[in-house]
Amino acid sequence: MIVRILGEGQYHLDDSAQDKLGPLDAELGAAVDRGDNTAFQAALDGALALVRAGAPVPAETIEPSDLILPREGASLDEVRKLLAEDGIILS
Amino acid sequence: MSVMKRVSLIFKAKANKALDRMEDPRETLDYSYQQQLEMLTKVRRGVADVATSRKRVELQMNQLQQETGKREDQARKALASGREDLAREALQRKGSLQTQMNELQTQYAQLQDQEEKLTIAAQRLQSKVDAFRTRKETIKATYTAAEAQTRINEAFSGISEEMSDVGLAIQRAEDKTAQMQARAGAIDELLASGALEDNVSGRTDDIQAELDRMNTSSDIELELAKMKGELTSAAEPPKEIESNGANGEAKPTQAAQSEQQGEGS
Repeated sequence: MIVRILGEGQYHLDDSAQDKLGPLDAELGAAVDRGDNTAFQAALDGALALVRAGAPVPAETIEPSDLILPREGASLDEVRKLLAEDGIILS
Repeated sequence: MSVMKRVSLIFKAKANKALDRMEDPRETLDYSYQQQLEMLTKVRRGVADVATSRKRVELQMNQLQQETGKREDQARKALASGREDLAREALQRKGSLQTQMNELQTQYAQLQDQEEKLTIAAQRLQSKVDAFRTRKETIKATYTAAEAQTRINEAFSGISEEMSDVGLAIQRAEDKTAQMQARAGAIDELLASGALEDNVSGRTDDIQAELDRMNTSSDIELELAKMKGELTSAAEPPKEIESNGANGEAKPTQAAQSEQQGEGS
């Protein structure tokens, strides 16, 4: 599976890493819904570390990602904007 | 739904919307390639803009550093002249300069970080654009409509995702640059208001004016004392001449006496 970290690039994740990512992603979603910034940052940092441990996708590979993680240090508001769709620049 | 899945679906939706606008898949490839080149130009301009902002912050930091040193120097001079009130004022201003300095340092680090990230993003996008160009030509050369559609969609979504990512990075860098410009403007205003010494116009601040005034008045006192001294010493020699003159009147007599004595012997 390919996961992108916004602002950093893409990584290949193996099955065991994917299994660990699931719960973190769920925590991320719950924190966004609750508006809990502390829990959100903790889940984001955990997910970032896990994804970064994967194998970087070579720069010349052009493939869409299965999952996309917000950038490191992204605020709750920023992620809400991202999920509201108009936060993304059309290119 | 998972946040990460939602974000990726939103990115894909953007790509699909753009794809749907194209009638001929091959047109999509060329159109996308044009956009990629534009995005490359944009991200490079972004790197240059951030670098310019970073350099401006650097200049202001140097200026603030100089001002801080000047205030400290003023405080020392004021204290040496027994003006603790003036020294206190100078140190207070040094304190507010340091607050500005700390904030500029944070900003400088952020701009450096943005510059680094954008530079890497530009390199990554360049590699992808090169790869896309190759793939585009291959697809065009072996074109069969049904097969091409899938391959084009894949390449398009992949590159579109990258471009959205780079687009966000550029936007973020622009935000940081705008923040920097607002602060730079505030510091310029502070300089212009005379709270800091403006090196360009050469205007001096009130503490410096007071120190200068004290210096000038002590210079004046010194010069006055010197002049008085000169006047006194200029007035004394005539007295000596006068007394010498009085003796001198007596001298001829003495001389005459000794002459007489000499003649006598």
